[in-house]
This record gives sequence, C-alpha cells and structure tokens, in this order.
Amino acid sequence: MSRVADVIAAKRAAGGEVLVGYLPIGFPDLDASVEAAVALIENGVDVLEFGIPYSDPVMDGPVIQAATTAALANGFKLRHAFEAVRRVTERVDAPVLLMTYWNPVLQYGVDRFADDLAAAGGAGLITPDLIPDEAGDWLAASDRTGLDRVFLAAPTSSDERLRRAIELSRGFVYAVSTMGITGARADLDVAARTLVGRLRDAGAESVCVGIGVSTPEQVREINGYADGAIVGSALVKSLADGGPSAAGALAASLSHGPSGH
Amino acid sequence: MALRDQTGPYFGDFGGRFVPESLVQAIDEIAEAYDLAKLDPTFQHELAELGRTYSGRPSIITEVPRFAEHAGGARVILKREDLNHTGSHKINNVLGQALLTKRLGKTRVIAETGAGQHGVATATAAALFGMDCVIYMGEVDTERQALNVARMRLLGAEVIPVKSGSRTLKDAINEAMRDWVANVESTMYIFGTVAGPHPFPEMVRDFQKIIGEEARAQVLELTGELPTAVAAAVGGGSNAIGIFHAFLDDPTVALYGFEAGGEGADTPRHAATITKGRPGVLHGARSYLLQDEDGQTIESHSISAGLDYPGVGPEHAWLSAIGRASYRPVTDTAAMDALLLLSRTEGIIPAIESAHALAGAIELGRELGPDATILVNLSGRGDKDMETAGTWFGLFDEQNGTAE
Ligand SMILES: Cc1ncc(COP(=O)(O)O)c(C=O)c1O
Repeated sequence: MSRVADVIAAKRAAGGEVLVGYLPIGFPDLDASVEAAVALIENGVDVLEFGIPYSDPVMDGPVIQAATTAALANGFKLRHAFEAVRRVTERVDAPVLLMTYWNPVLQYGVDRFADDLAAAGGAGLITPDLIPDEAGDWLAASDRTGLDRVFLAAPTSSDERLRRAIELSRGFVYAVSTMGITGARADLDVAARTLVGRLRDAGAESVCVGIGVSTPEQVREINGYADGAIVGSALVKSLADGGPSAAGALAASLSHGPSGH
Repeated sequence: MALRDQTGPYFGDFGGRFVPESLVQAIDEIAEAYDLAKLDPTFQHELAELGRTYSGRPSIITEVPRFAEHAGGARVILKREDLNHTGSHKINNVLGQALLTKRLGKTRVIAETGAGQHGVATATAAALFGMDCVIYMGEVDTERQALNVARMRLLGAEVIPVKSGSRTLKDAINEAMRDWVANVESTMYIFGTVAGPHPFPEMVRDFQKIIGEEARAQVLELTGELPTAVAAAVGGGSNAIGIFHAFLDDPTVALYGFEAGGEGADTPRHAATITKGRPGVLHGARSYLLQDEDGQTIESHSISAGLDYPGVGPEHAWLSAIGRASYRPVTDTAAMDALLLLSRTEGIIPAIESAHALAGAIELGRELGPDATILVNLSGRGDKDMETAGTWFGLFDEQNGTAE
C-alpha cells in the first residue's frame, strides 16, 4: 500500500478535504524552508510536496522559478533535500513527497536516491518530466523500496496513457488542471473536471488536481470531484512575501475552506 | 544494420522522450504526421520544390586552395550552406517543419534561437506560409546578434528576449517549452536542432541530411573520390549531422565534430559538451551535457551564440560512444583566426559557428597532410557576426582594420 494514498483515503472517509502543499527546498534558505514546511503541515496540509530546485524547470512559472533560482544561488545541494525531508518528518506526521525533475535523480543514481529518500523518511517522488514510458529504473527502485510514485495525467493524454498512469502511480495520480505551467489562475479549467472524470472512468481511486490552484474556493471545488487539491505558487508567494508564518496562515485558510472555520 | 538506418526514439543509450505528460500528445502527433510525410511523395516533392525555387538547393561546393595552404596543404572543400536563403543551413529544417505544421492544421509557430539564424529561418517560413510566429531568444544573444533580431521583427515575428538563467540558448529553449505546454493545441514548436525529445532528433536530421547527400556526390564528381575527412561545427548538432549522415556507412571517411571550446576546454568557460560532459537528461533527451555533480546544468560559454549550449543531440552522443565520429574543442581565438583567414584568403566571411569547423579543418589538414581531402560544412554566413568580429578585430573607429 501507500502512505500517501492511506492519508488521503482516511481524510476523505472522515468527510474532510485534502490539501497537498508545495514548497521548494532551500527557499529562502534551508532552515526557513523546513520551518515553512512544518508550518504548512501544522496548518492543515495533508501531504507535503517538497520541490528540488533545478536549473532548467520547464514546467514552472515565474513564482516557482524565482524561488528555486534563489535556492540554487544560496547554495542548495542535492544532499540538502534528504536533510530537509528528515527534519520535517521528525517533527510532523504528514507524508512528504519530493517533486523533482529527472536529471538530479539520474546523476545521484536512481537506486541510491530511492534508498536515501526512504532512509530520510520520505514517502516518494512526483516526477514532472519523467513519463512512465521512460521510468523503468524508477519503477524497479520504487517497487523495491515501497516508495510512492506520482505520475502526471494531462487533459490531452490519451485514454491508454491515462490507464497506464493510473496503473503505475502509487499515492495518487496528479491531474494537470489546465494546459500550462505552474502559477495561480483565476478560473480553473473545466478541463480539470473532465480529466478527473476520465481518470475515474478508467478506474483511478486517488486523484489530486494541481497547476493554477490558489484559493480556498478552488480547493473546495476540486475536493468536490477529486480526492485532493494541490497548491504551489500561491504558497511559495506567501512564503516569499511574509515568511513561514505567512505560508502557514495561507495553508490554514486554504484547508479550512472559504468560510474560514 | 547500416548506421544510416538508425531512427529514434533511441540512438544507443541516448535519446528518448523526457518531457512533461502535457507534451506527449503533441510530440506523438508530430511523430505520426512525420512518419506519414516521410513516405508521402507529395510532401517530399513540395519540400524539394521549396529547396529548388526558394531556398536555393542544391548549394554549391567551393574548393579553397589559398585557405588550404594554411591547412597542411590538404585539399579543402566547403559545402556552401551560407548561400542558402536566410544565410544558413537552418532553413532546410524549418521548411520541412513548416510544411508539417500546415499538414497539422496549426496556425502558430514558436521557436528558440541562439545565433538568430533558426529564428530568422522560422520567421521567414511563417511569413511565407502566413502563420503567427513567436521567437524566444536569450537576452545575451539578442544583444550579440542584434541584426538578426531586426530581421525577425521585419519579417513579422515577435521576438521575446529571455531573461532567466544564463540568458542564452538553453534558457530560450526552456521558455519556448513553457509556451508550448500552454498553447500546444494551436502551436507547433519548430525546434532548431537535432536535440530535444523524439521525434525531433530524427526529423531534424532527415531535413538536414540533404547537405551530405549533395556534398557526397559533388565531391565525388570533383575529385573522383570520397573525402578523407568531414568537418562540422557542433552546437546542438544539426549542420554536423546533416553533412555526416550520408557518410556514416563509408568507413574510410573520418567524421569530426568541432565543439565550442570557448576560452579553453580546460577552463570553466566553454561549450564542449561531448569533450567535457557526462550523460544526463536535458530538454527532453538523454545525451551528453555539461552538469555539476548534482545534475544541475552548467552554463556554457562561447563567442558563438549558436554553439553556446550545454547539451548536444543524442545521435552525436551515440556516434561518439560507438567511435564513428570524433568530437574536439576549438577555442574562441582559433575560430576567430579561421574566420579572418577564410575572409582574407578566399573572400568568404563565415559565421562564427562555421569558423569553428574551419579552425578544425586547419588542425586536421596539418595532421592528415597534403594527400587528404577535407570537406567542411560552411553552415552559415558571417553578416550577423559583424558586431562581434568588429570588436574582436578592432575594425570600428580609428582602429582602422588592424586585424592580423
Ligand atoms: C550558421 C550556424 N551554424 C551552426 C549552428 C549551430 O547549430 P547546429 O549545431 O544545430 O548546426 C548555428 C546555430 O545557430 C548556426 O547559425
């Protein structure tokens, strides 16, 4: 089974809404990113998506690009990712997934990366530029270590590709709400609802929707048809503007819904 | 299997499709359309006609004996891609992909560009076919290739200077991919070199391989023999694979790719990807790249905007790994010396990119001696580089042409 899927299923069985929160490791520095991650989890984030800064983040919009560029300029190294995961999981209970472009994992060694992530208490990986077709080594390493693996599903993915993403994902399937890169958007696409419907029809049990989600209303709306909502840029922006406490406050408002109770 | 028959997605351990899921449908669509087009006589005829009546194919070859005196007395023959419409080999690929765009029914094209030659070629095709066109170009490159920025704008394209990262070709590709992810339904990404996810490395190669096919026949006709060696500059690798491909299964013909050695391949400031890099994933494919121990891409440096890229196409990585082609670095200084030499001995001003191949040919000629024949891909003309050359050689103001 999967730690992430268990947490999501338990929260939903209890009638709750699921919030997945993204922050980059090392922004504004390593300590503050750990504090911010803990603040997110203490304020209602159910699953943490901790991002590894990368030099060429083709899926990311300006907010996350600026943060990960700053983290790299501040001296982020790959080993800090395992340290950050360990420090967060020692303090709070929520599962922590790493979000990483593929080359850092490849250079570290896929098996070594999986072992070190598991040893640090990490739950698994979200891989934005690794499609199942190219993931042979990671499928084997995650099976061996029991780590979760989250593949993406896009509005343009064929039915066959959706089935494959569902079959090979563990934890949840990441439904890309809209065609585009990360960044807050006022209106979430109907594409998201349609995509989740298609994933359900193909047998998906755990689907979270991300890209462009930024408001409590959107989180609630998505939880009406999917198993969870993923918020990234909005949290990163609040961290950039107001530090860990501001990110925690935004997490609280996102997870407590539009009415704020 | 003949080396020439190798197709994507994999060239040995290299290639593949390391892309966001959001792009898979688009690259599948291109691969399918291209597989049909490849076998479709109408498509091939249209493309050949564009070459014949628009871009100027076949390009000629020119033997350069006064230049060759400096290359150990070997015979040196240039394949004149600089004479193509728009001034480089890039138009060969762009016309192919633009025809494919028409077939796909898409009305907007985007492209990355380094030296601006691919951007100019794409803007040209967009004007010819009535398509909207957006070109991403690193801010550093918009400055050092300002003439080409003006050409693109004159042709009706929107040029977006990219301010992230190293502000060069790598970052222009990142930004073009972000645009593509968001606009994939209306937009074709006309990729400019033999890198990127499948099918680009194979497709761009196929559109460029005419260079070597023509040159092989032209050299045979001129000399009665195959050349001893073929030399080309390697950025992403499209002009090099274009001239190499026809010779892949001619074992007597040595193939040399010349990478940008910048201030020296043993300094941190170069773009010698195969010489100094390690296998990794960048921009959709597994190939060699310049990276640190964490897999972060290292910024490249070259006086040549078109070679200033920390990656390289997967087919080159494979040709290097199996020992079929050799890759060597050429410094900024050696390239600029060769640019000056060709200008002064033959009256041909090459692009700085192509000057890397010329510098390589000088080195090869001295190694191979007077019995050798070296075919060099003169991938582009140097008009776009006058600002850089003027500064390098002190050609402006009172300095009064003291280049020597
Ligand atoms: C004239 C010329 N030659 C070579 C190159 C390098 O590209 P490639 O290695 O794909 O041929 C460029 C790229 O801009 C160019 O303009």
